[in-house]
Amino acid sequence: MSNVPPVPTLTVGRIREGLRKKEFSAVDVATAALEFAERENPKTNAYLTFSSERALNTANRVDRQIAKGEHVGELAGVPLGVKDVIVTKGLRTTCGSRILEHYIPPYDATAVIRLEEEGALVIGKLNCDEFAMGSSNENSAFGPVRNPVALDRVPGGSSGGSAAAVAQGTCVVSLGSDTGGSIRQPASFCGVVGVTPTYGRVSRNGLAAFASSLDHVGPFGRNVEDAAIVLKAMAGRDELDSTSAFATVDDYGLLMKQDVKGLRVGLPREYFSGLSADTKRIILAATKKLEDLGCQVSEISLPHTKYAVACYYIICTAEASSNLARYDGVRYTIRGDSDTLSDMYRNTRGAGFGAEVKRRIMLGTYVLSAGYYDAYYLKAQKVRSLIAQDFANAFERVDAIVAPVSPFPAFKLGEKIADPMSMYLSDIYTITGDLSGVPCMSVPCGLSPEGLPVGLQLFAKHFDESTMFRLAWNFEQAMNS
Amino acid sequence: MKLTTEEVRYVADLANLRLTEEEVVHMSHDLGQILTYIEELSKVNTEQVAPMAQVLYEADETATLREDRPRAPLSNQKALENAAASGAGYYKVPKVIER
Repeated sequence: MSNVPPVPTLTVGRIREGLRKKEFSAVDVATAALEFAERENPKTNAYLTFSSERALNTANRVDRQIAKGEHVGELAGVPLGVKDVIVTKGLRTTCGSRILEHYIPPYDATAVIRLEEEGALVIGKLNCDEFAMGSSNENSAFGPVRNPVALDRVPGGSSGGSAAAVAQGTCVVSLGSDTGGSIRQPASFCGVVGVTPTYGRVSRNGLAAFASSLDHVGPFGRNVEDAAIVLKAMAGRDELDSTSAFATVDDYGLLMKQDVKGLRVGLPREYFSGLSADTKRIILAATKKLEDLGCQVSEISLPHTKYAVACYYIICTAEASSNLARYDGVRYTIRGDSDTLSDMYRNTRGAGFGAEVKRRIMLGTYVLSAGYYDAYYLKAQKVRSLIAQDFANAFERVDAIVAPVSPFPAFKLGEKIADPMSMYLSDIYTITGDLSGVPCMSVPCGLSPEGLPVGLQLFAKHFDESTMFRLAWNFEQAMNS
Repeated sequence: MKLTTEEVRYVADLANLRLTEEEVVHMSHDLGQILTYIEELSKVNTEQVAPMAQVLYEADETATLREDRPRAPLSNQKALENAAASGAGYYKVPKVIER
């Protein structure tokens, strides 16, 4: 019988303590987490692939280090799930797509390498919307993920599996990716913490490219501290991603425990119309809590917010249409019937991509095609400047911005899938963070009357994750007390 | 904004996507709806605004350059492991002369 406490109660700190006191070994944790995840997975479909051999190998390494009295990493023995758009060497990586159903990557993503070096145990690959395109996880070729809080509801998307697994307790932390809200929105729907760091903070090497100027890798955790520890472990310059930033990586776990008295917090008025009454009430109660903590809360304006969705769906589809051209039937395992090169491309892609991916490739190809470039793509890039400028202006007056993550809590499976436009509009509050590249996150702030989690969104200045985590951690402490 | 089924077929051709007749009809409706929504952007005055292609930060002009040192490449065998069809160390594709 292993002495590992129930996996859903584990945190990074609890595992560190247990290993130190020799209550249990890293192999015990790996075994318990894998067993629990494999048993619970049919409820949510959060995992697409389990990687017990890989997790046990790392766990054995950690246990040997402990036995020899060597230093072990910050994430020693911590069960980690990885979104299936992030490549793992020798471990199937599908991107939630038929077209990569059998793809076994020959290399590891930088983020995964760094977390494993710190002792994290990769226990499996997590379901997601196909190529991270979607807001409900219903676009996965391998079936939707169910929200562990309410199984008839979506977990959000596109990192639905990453949020659901952490909420369900089948892993302690996970990796997701965010291009228009794909970390924060599922975190808010499942009641966990999800962080979209500053653009360039974490290397994109090994993240299957969707929209390169918007793609971010970020962590999920059951509390702010766990997410902060994971971010610190994987952040920083990587020469394999030339857009990764040189800026120093702060010790978020330490800095976040300073108080927030006098911190200037802005509430953007554009984020408080068009949301459900319950969500609005819960978000406003949360801002009251921030005031009680000593923050100076004031109303601000981000005037170009209403153009964000239109701007985003031009830029992200344009970049996607180009990035996804590589799935051509040559290098990635699957090829459609074909006698000619042209048929090979068309048949492979026609059969391999799902409806939403096709829709975005089509839209992206259209907006980039001859005669439309200036009217759509160039125009959107200019509007993107204005949206980024909105944030720069606001951050001259405030240190952080708080807002809802989503206009409403988790919706029912099937509710929006037939209407792409209404699905796109559900990202209205998260897209601006990606367009401007500022760090942002979702932290649980209450439950709707139906018992569904609501997330509070926090934004900070470029590379000022420390202030964002400080606000989030103090808020979380206040919520728990 | 409407996108005719003709236009949809033309764009699908550019994108190398085989669409079924049913998909063409759906696409014409969905893309039309999205493009109508996107027209919203024409209301924004962007005359004096520079386009933003990427999130940029202050750094030395040569900051992204690294030392030019050899690294182990991906082996031929590894590179071909995920090939749909391969032989003699190459990717195999249908005849390229006629599209």
